[in-house]
Amino acid sequence: MSSDLPGFASLGRWLNDPDNWLGSGGLLAHLREHLAFTVVIVLVAALIAIPAGIWMGHTGKGILLAGGFANALRAVPALGLLILLIVELSPHIHSRTGVGNLLAPGALPYFIPAALVLVILAVPPMLTNTYAGIQAVDPRAADAARGAGMSPLQVALRVEIPCAMPLILAGLRSATLQVIASLTVAAYAPLVGGLGRLIVDGQQNLIDPSLGYPAMLGAGITVAVLALVADGAFALAGRYVISPGVSGRRIRGRGTAAPQQSTLTES
Amino acid sequence: MTALWDYLRDNHAEIQSWAVTTLWLSLLPLLAGLALALPAGWLAARHAWTRDTLLALSGALYTIPSLVLFLVLPELLGTRILSAVNVGVALTIYVFALLVRTITDALTAVPSELLAAATAIGHSNLQRLWAVQLPVATPVIAAGLRVAAVSNVSLISVASIIGVSQLGQLFTLGESTETLTPIVLGLIFFVVLAFLYDGAILALTRVLTPWRKAARP
Amino acid sequence: MIRFNSVTKRYADGGVAVDSLDLVIDSGEITVLVGPSGCGKTTTLRMINRMVEPTSGHILLDGRDVTQIKPTELRRGIGYVIQQAGLFPNYTVLDNIATVPRLLGKTRRAARRQALELLGKVGLDPALAGRYPAQLSGGQQQRVGVARAIAADPPVLLMDEPFSAVDPVVRQQLQRDLLQLQADLHKTIVFVTHDIDEAITLGDRIAVMRNGGRLAQLAAPAELLSRPADTFVAGFVGRDRGYRALGFASAGHLPLHDEAVLRIGEPRGAARDRGQDGWVLVVQDALPLGWLRTTALDDAADDPVTPEMLNLGGTLADESGTLREALDAALSAPSGRGVVVHEDGTFAGTVTASEVLARIESRAAHLREQATR
Repeated sequence: MSSDLPGFASLGRWLNDPDNWLGSGGLLAHLREHLAFTVVIVLVAALIAIPAGIWMGHTGKGILLAGGFANALRAVPALGLLILLIVELSPHIHSRTGVGNLLAPGALPYFIPAALVLVILAVPPMLTNTYAGIQAVDPRAADAARGAGMSPLQVALRVEIPCAMPLILAGLRSATLQVIASLTVAAYAPLVGGLGRLIVDGQQNLIDPSLGYPAMLGAGITVAVLALVADGAFALAGRYVISPGVSGRRIRGRGTAAPQQSTLTES
Repeated sequence: MTALWDYLRDNHAEIQSWAVTTLWLSLLPLLAGLALALPAGWLAARHAWTRDTLLALSGALYTIPSLVLFLVLPELLGTRILSAVNVGVALTIYVFALLVRTITDALTAVPSELLAAATAIGHSNLQRLWAVQLPVATPVIAAGLRVAAVSNVSLISVASIIGVSQLGQLFTLGESTETLTPIVLGLIFFVVLAFLYDGAILALTRVLTPWRKAARP
Repeated sequence: MIRFNSVTKRYADGGVAVDSLDLVIDSGEITVLVGPSGCGKTTTLRMINRMVEPTSGHILLDGRDVTQIKPTELRRGIGYVIQQAGLFPNYTVLDNIATVPRLLGKTRRAARRQALELLGKVGLDPALAGRYPAQLSGGQQQRVGVARAIAADPPVLLMDEPFSAVDPVVRQQLQRDLLQLQADLHKTIVFVTHDIDEAITLGDRIAVMRNGGRLAQLAAPAELLSRPADTFVAGFVGRDRGYRALGFASAGHLPLHDEAVLRIGEPRGAARDRGQDGWVLVVQDALPLGWLRTTALDDAADDPVTPEMLNLGGTLADESGTLREALDAALSAPSGRGVVVHEDGTFAGTVTASEVLARIESRAAHLREQATR
């Protein structure tokens, strides 16, 4: 037990106090923001990365570039990138509008750089997984699809994407977990909500029984639980989105021939 | 460029102490994580049930955000929240979680004929691991280690959010003073450090696997 | 009919895959394109359904230039089978087969019902309908590939080394089934292989191609074997082409010998009376089953003859079959008397190896005479 801090015992007390859950500064409101930001950022990143990845896997173009970019980006600290963008971009964003009860008025100059960093971090795992998945599709299956008279779009939608789905989904999962984790770092930007808000603010008044370390712990554990739930949700989604013929799941009989694909990147 | 240099000179005492912390936070967790992951990966590669358990565990550990681990560990370890030990232990956990999977896959991928041949010549299990499995698996393990080292370096600065001092302070300092110089300096430090690790591991792998040179053009 | 009018395919790197090819592929026949790897046979095939576009020249499908037809529309009207089948791993067997009917706008139900019927046609158990390709053997996958190609009943079928990735026993079975299917369907089949034996087994006509995409010879198998156009074709067709040519020479009316047969279930004692040179042929409902050694029947003369007692070594020759079949039947029969059967499989008579050889010799003399004339 750390000597100068209220510990797990105080966390129990903190969690038992409904004031810490409810209200505009409560755990639930921050959880809601965290979820909303995650969904929006992952969606934007996916809209960029997945079509681009399909195109790259299809044409083989830009793969060296994207791979190198993804590798180099791994070496860049998220916090450094976030602060760089805040210092550079915030002074140029003048909008004071808020967004419902997700973004306070005046938060946009900080939210935009933060969201940008998270999108930049979320794109590479999805992009690399998607093009690797498309490239790994049995060229004979794609050839047969063309030979059967499918248009390029039909080949992509009916054969290539379903076959690449395990890897595409793995990339989406990696990116989502990365965004959930990095949002806590993004709260270092002023006025940006999410569970990281409680952690960053808590650091300013560590020994405060309702805003300090107990709140940090409570928020931190909530983030961890959220990440684990999201991970589970992706595992579950895989059962519905991935064809058993591709995943090898629930295949009986000569099931040993089922293909195995491994994920390429981790967050 | 001169601005960076001036900043470095004016603040060299502080930066030096941050750099020392950063260096050991980048090195010790890597070594400790590897040391823990090797036996765990070996165990996981031996049986289906150890494999399933260890991979599920390392997957779950890897899912927990770093900031959260930095926060929870003081409670579990009895350390102070501002202590760099928490950060070191958390980073060790990530390196371990990442490498267990790689090492398991690398050891499993060693061709079974090779293992059968080694056994037939009279290697014991341990001799076989040391003389055959590990050398053959080295390139794959090294590739995993490179990824672990690079992401390890990039995670260190997150500790600045909870107030553990290292080179990440350059970022927070730049934010509070709204100056670009320390931020850029910090980015350069971390990226260069990451590439140094990457290059060093790559070079070490080449030294450790001289037989692969024959196959390289 | 598919007609190639001086078709050339030149790749961007300057390599010529097919060089001013003129070729006519007749409807309702199997035309085999055969040649060493790199001879342009696959490119030739793939230009028919525009998977590859020719650099110059025209390909006419029933008089229509294929480049005037939209590729997707063209391909939906042409069956396409490739090596290792190229099945869609994410679809069940049934949905794989239903692909083209679905593309042509049939409802899922109708397409699946039709696909189910096709399973039987290509020799697959309907119980496999719900399986995925990864659960099938190589031979089964290839059958699904054939079923998928003929699902929309296209008049033309393109087959690119479809059987080369399966083991020899399965390949032979697949070849036999393809011929049977073709006897039913009368498709225009263009079949690419590098295996001259497969070409001879399957082809009504064989187009031998040489490197650089040039046609070396287009001929029926028998002619190819007996009269190769040049040394390249002769070398490609192989050393034992003289023997293999017998596979295309009709046996004609061989002098058949009658044989006193034994019916299954008759007492063993009867075998001694009917046997010749120690062997008697055993039949069931007039279908030959195998040979019984009369000298081995030492006791129990009243017990019935059972199938387990028979020697099954001999092959059967068809009455209207080839000299090769007849010779094989004679050589493989333990009695030395080759069994010849009527078209319905019932026993016709026996023939000896020396009689078949005499026929072969007189045929060869006839051919020599023709050649010198």
